Amino acid sequence: MADGEELMAVEGCGIGDWEGRWSHMQKFLERTGPFTHPDFEPSEETLQFLLETCKILVIGAGGLGCELLKNLALSGFRHIHVVDMDIIDLSNLNRQFLFRSKDVGRPKADVAAEFINQRVPGCNVVPHFKKIQDFDASFYRQFHIIVCGLDSIIARRWINGMLLSLLSYEDGVLDPSSIIPLIDGGTEGFKGNARVILPGMTACIDCTLELYPPQITFPMCTIASMPRLPEHCIEYVRVLQWPKDKPFGDAVGLDGDNPVHVQWVFQESLKRAAEFNITGVTYRLTQGVVKRIIPAVASTNAVIAAACATEVFKIATSAYIPLNNYLVFNDVDGLYTYTFEAELKDKCSACSQVPQKLQFPPSAKLQEVLEYLTENASLQMKSPAITATLEGKNKTLYLQTVASIEERTRPNLCKTLKELGLADGQELAVADVTTPQTVLFKLNFTSETCSIKHVQN
Amino acid sequence: MTDHKTSKEQKYDRQLRLWGDHGQEALENAHVCLINATATGTEILKNLVLPGIGSFTIVDGHKVSGEDVGNKAQAATELLQELNGDVSGNFVEEVSVNVNQTYWSFTFSIYTHVLNHTYLRLGSVLWEAGVPFLICRTYGLIGYMRLIVKEHTVVESHPDNALEDLRLDQPFTELKHHVECYDLDNMEKKDHSHTPWIIVVAKYLEKWYSEHNSQLPKNYKEKEAFRQLIRAGILTNENGTPEDEENFEEAIKNVNTALNPTKVPSGTEEIFNAEQCENITAQSPSFWVIAHGVRDFVRNEGNGNLPVRGTIPDMIADSDKFIKLQNVYRDKAMKDAAVVSKHVEALLQSVGKPPESTSEQEIKLFCKNAAFLRVVRCRSLAEEYSVDTFNKDEITSCMDSTDSEMVLYLMLRSIDRFYQQHSRYPGVYNYQVEEDINKLKLCVNSLLQEYSLNVNVKDDYIHEFCRYGAAEPHTVAAFLGGSAAQEAIKIITHQFVPFNNTFLYNAMSQTSATFQL
Repeated sequence: MADGEELMAVEGCGIGDWEGRWSHMQKFLERTGPFTHPDFEPSEETLQFLLETCKILVIGAGGLGCELLKNLALSGFRHIHVVDMDIIDLSNLNRQFLFRSKDVGRPKADVAAEFINQRVPGCNVVPHFKKIQDFDASFYRQFHIIVCGLDSIIARRWINGMLLSLLSYEDGVLDPSSIIPLIDGGTEGFKGNARVILPGMTACIDCTLELYPPQITFPMCTIASMPRLPEHCIEYVRVLQWPKDKPFGDAVGLDGDNPVHVQWVFQESLKRAAEFNITGVTYRLTQGVVKRIIPAVASTNAVIAAACATEVFKIATSAYIPLNNYLVFNDVDGLYTYTFEAELKDKCSACSQVPQKLQFPPSAKLQEVLEYLTENASLQMKSPAITATLEGKNKTLYLQTVASIEERTRPNLCKTLKELGLADGQELAVADVTTPQTVLFKLNFTSETCSIKHVQN
Repeated sequence: MTDHKTSKEQKYDRQLRLWGDHGQEALENAHVCLINATATGTEILKNLVLPGIGSFTIVDGHKVSGEDVGNKAQAATELLQELNGDVSGNFVEEVSVNVNQTYWSFTFSIYTHVLNHTYLRLGSVLWEAGVPFLICRTYGLIGYMRLIVKEHTVVESHPDNALEDLRLDQPFTELKHHVECYDLDNMEKKDHSHTPWIIVVAKYLEKWYSEHNSQLPKNYKEKEAFRQLIRAGILTNENGTPEDEENFEEAIKNVNTALNPTKVPSGTEEIFNAEQCENITAQSPSFWVIAHGVRDFVRNEGNGNLPVRGTIPDMIADSDKFIKLQNVYRDKAMKDAAVVSKHVEALLQSVGKPPESTSEQEIKLFCKNAAFLRVVRCRSLAEEYSVDTFNKDEITSCMDSTDSEMVLYLMLRSIDRFYQQHSRYPGVYNYQVEEDINKLKLCVNSLLQEYSLNVNVKDDYIHEFCRYGAAEPHTVAAFLGGSAAQEAIKIITHQFVPFNNTFLYNAMSQTSATFQL
């Protein structure tokens, strides 16, 4: 029985494959079966494709990423790239098993790649200590499949948008060879999900934005004057007191990874809590609130990464019909899974070909448009930059992410759309961190007597 | 309040937020035994070593294929130990499991792969010794887990959506007094808008009682009327338009659940009525001793109700009002827990045990979780396999749908039958696949016949299982590795609820099911 390779124990072996190394995989690639994909043909070439040609991109080398890299390497994938912008922290070691305490401070991508390349003969993982936004279309186009283990919805939407931008249409028909399947995994404590996205064909990340639970925020008036929970006290110190006291210097921002900073917040939070007779402020809670820590364990990451890797295998080999298209997992009480088909949203701002509409009366202020872009459940933009073509020139109406431009364009927020010179039917281009492509909106003026509440797309 | 965090606390920070320091302690005191270092087995152990299991022992006599030096158990032990320096591991080279070994010294035993007559015998030894036993196996694209534990008690089940314990239908004296301190009709607007919704509901309930013969709003119509009553209490400005009073909106929103009658949940009631709770002896685990104490409380000082939980959800209110209200519940919870302590003390005394046998902390934790207690009892392997006691109903009703995961269970049973007859698994080599389909079908039929199961096992599954050729693909082993490790952690920490008792995972469809066999 060729069990040797699962233990990653085989040291000193050459790059060549020993007898029976891939016998597990071969049974699925070289034999017919009743449940295979209708396109499946048993062949020895599929294994060769896996070993020699198939190129996979793993985004994230953290809890899910480490597991994904191991799973893919042990399933025969040899050409793997991994992107991660983070460095290793001690708190990663309870689950990110490609790292050891001596690696703390080093880039995750680098250490992960080293580990796999050393332990799995023949595997070649190429690391990138970068943000996903540092790469352009030409980078992403080289991969057969992309699998994500990200911890941010913004990043997911970005890569989602990138793959959508790679799609090409001929006479309105999608060219299947331009589709790069995206397999996305996510975990939080004992809950997780895995989904398969075929850009342009199945529900994309933005189609199902409402599935993501809202981020926990605390109302400002509670924080400022009516704290009730220990969390409120900590948020007060983080958001209001730190900028005022500047405890470590004028330009020094609060760094959640700096224990001295966290200690200061902890002590001040205790004082605040004492003022209101609130108990329960601890160092652990303080760090949790400051860093918005999500609890994590090895087991959930193992399960979700395994499900994702199984899908990579199915898609790469056509051995079985892939997951269609969303799996939810929860092992708080027994083990619960639920599999369903997330539906394409008709007028998805990311993947539908339908132009997005903005409906406002001409007397509406630009501020209202900004609020709509950020608050609308299907758009949920973070800090949109709005530009329009006026008198033949490209004019930035409002941009938040560059301080000088923000200051210059801020007065526009109080101006009405009419005052800004915008016309009915005008196109507005909106850029945001949630998408690599600008989103074009068509501005439709509604009559003044219409209520300000605009029609949702 | 120490500000120095040990590096262990930092390393385990993300998981400490799930099971706490006491859960971690239980994990670090556990010794797990893994029998057979298969891919599945090593994946399970990896997911126990990383979070810091105390120690592990691997029992496996097989050699690593193609290697001259060392055996599987040794190789696996070394690799796993390297993952976490806090964990100690050792191995035992034994090809066939010696059932006379001291397996009962383990906190937990995990068995992966191989012959079913071995694990049946092992199962009965561990059952008698009270050692929880988990059987895991990856077969092709199918994952299987079977948990065998006679009785597993859980105080901290951490339910996802727990109802609050507010006692609005049966306010305790201190709560009544506290509510009396409020006079909603004569408050400044600021105070009125920042009165906790619990107080608002309590006040309007009093009004309702006076007009409805002291009866709670029962049906939808009455609850709606009650909501309107509260809405009418929202302050209005000079023009008669209602002010923005978020606390009143919260009260209206919460009417539905806030008026749920307080009662002992059926799960807890069952625990109170269990034989182990009734008959406390010097050997009774503290779970049952405390349960009995709480039961005594319920029947006496509690007037039919559990000790007050003592927590309230966050709500719009000024700090002072909220904290005072929260303290009313907290203080009552402490009082109730103290009474329970007295009952427990008396109980311990009556069976000749010192009062320190259960700690204050244990009792407080129990009282806080009294509505969420769970007891998991798994049937033994003997019961599952015996023709007289196997769960015919469950199998038959599931198989009404021929693609139910139950068919995977039947296939695994048939595969073992095949092994017993032919000393090998079906379809391991390409040339065997076609022949073995018929042989496997005979095994399936003999299984169904032996158990008088009138179900249809589709030929497709027989073909598919021959196709698998006993392969153990890594991704399926990894899925099971994560699942099984967490079940082990649940058993060891007594937190969260383990499955009962058979879990099947189908990687083809990415579906799963749990059966009680």
